[in-house]
Amino acid sequence: MSMNRREFIKLAGISTLVGVGGVSVFNKLQQNALEASEFTAGTEALNAKQWAMVIDMSKFKTPEDYKRCMDACHSTHNVPDFSNPKDEIKWIWPETFEHAFPGQEHKYMNEETKEKSFLLLCNHCANPACVRVCPTKATFKRKDGVVMQDMHRCIGCRFCMAACPFGARSFNYRSSRGKDANGQPLIKEENTAYPTRMIGVVEKCTFCTERLAVGKLPKCVEVSDEFSKGALVFGDLADANSEVRKIINTKYTIRRKPELGTEPSVFYVIGGNDYAIVPELL
Amino acid sequence: MYDSGKIIVGLIIFIALVTFPFYNNIGKVNAKPELKIDTPEIQKLPELERKCVEPKDFMRGGHMQLLNDWRDSVVRNGNRVYKNSANKDFNMSLQNECMRCHSNKKDFCDKCHNYMAVKPYCWDCHIAPKEKKP
Repeated sequence: MSMNRREFIKLAGISTLVGVGGVSVFNKLQQNALEASEFTAGTEALNAKQWAMVIDMSKFKTPEDYKRCMDACHSTHNVPDFSNPKDEIKWIWPETFEHAFPGQEHKYMNEETKEKSFLLLCNHCANPACVRVCPTKATFKRKDGVVMQDMHRCIGCRFCMAACPFGARSFNYRSSRGKDANGQPLIKEENTAYPTRMIGVVEKCTFCTERLAVGKLPKCVEVSDEFSKGALVFGDLADANSEVRKIINTKYTIRRKPELGTEPSVFYVIGGNDYAIVPELL
Repeated sequence: MYDSGKIIVGLIIFIALVTFPFYNNIGKVNAKPELKIDTPEIQKLPELERKCVEPKDFMRGGHMQLLNDWRDSVVRNGNRVYKNSANKDFNMSLQNECMRCHSNKKDFCDKCHNYMAVKPYCWDCHIAPKEKKP
């Protein structure tokens, strides 16, 4: 078959028209599948530019206080207890000063700080390393600053665990459904309003996005208010009038490993206000 | 053709085996799954509210797409409220909203999925409502 230039251009033009037209007709049909449906955040949802937390260590008096926060979080989110440090899943956990703030410890440090447990959780960094390395964008930064994890997309490569400098991520080496060696369920009390996780995904603290969406503060913050008001304070770091900003403006706070440039959003108030007073300086 | 007898007999046996499922099932009607949509939770609802988030026909063919859209909206965009085509709001949650009414996973989800031989992985993570004994 031979074709002159004129015929060729005609044919090309017609097929382009049909192609473009067909796609737009197809799209139109798809749109019509569900008319007038829309997704919104809901009226009660709490909003922020960068959610942040201030943890006032002076307000944690006993190991019981940490445990209450941890237990509340872990039971709300169906975090299993494998009673084996290798398989451990943790969203919020205690750690010594030396391990929480490496490089800051020194041999003259007061015993209390040295031995105290610090409450650690995902820092929801402004510049999160885990998000940069995730090959499937399963972990991503939400508009409100929460570093969120999409379990449907996670392929379990654990790059994020290697990238996170804070050890905030745990891998599900085992299924959390079922029972341990003593016949106890791995999830002590199942919260039927929250999903569990399947084997082979990475999980961590989500700043309780499911609670923020209905106008509630994260579970650990809510629980901490019961034993000591202000032990955990939650708010918007971008809002100069928020409670977290007020504390950060008036007290000396430290963050974990700020030198790595991930800009953690969890701040620690270490000593309360009882500084040792040196009389000559007064 | 060499060995034509063996080859042709072999071919006939091969075709007979491969097509066995087809002619074996000719004329037999498999019972279509009948979904139960009369859970106690649905019965308790007032007559006017006994409606799914979208019309039945749409849900039958498009529930997987709807659930996919819900999941993306909730997990990735943080939008949890769905306004349906009748302007009514729903909390987008399989575990807390769909299953609140359809509390019979076995007779509602599984029946059809087993019939169609599809295995969605919803329940690897999401907690199914406790099955009630009839």
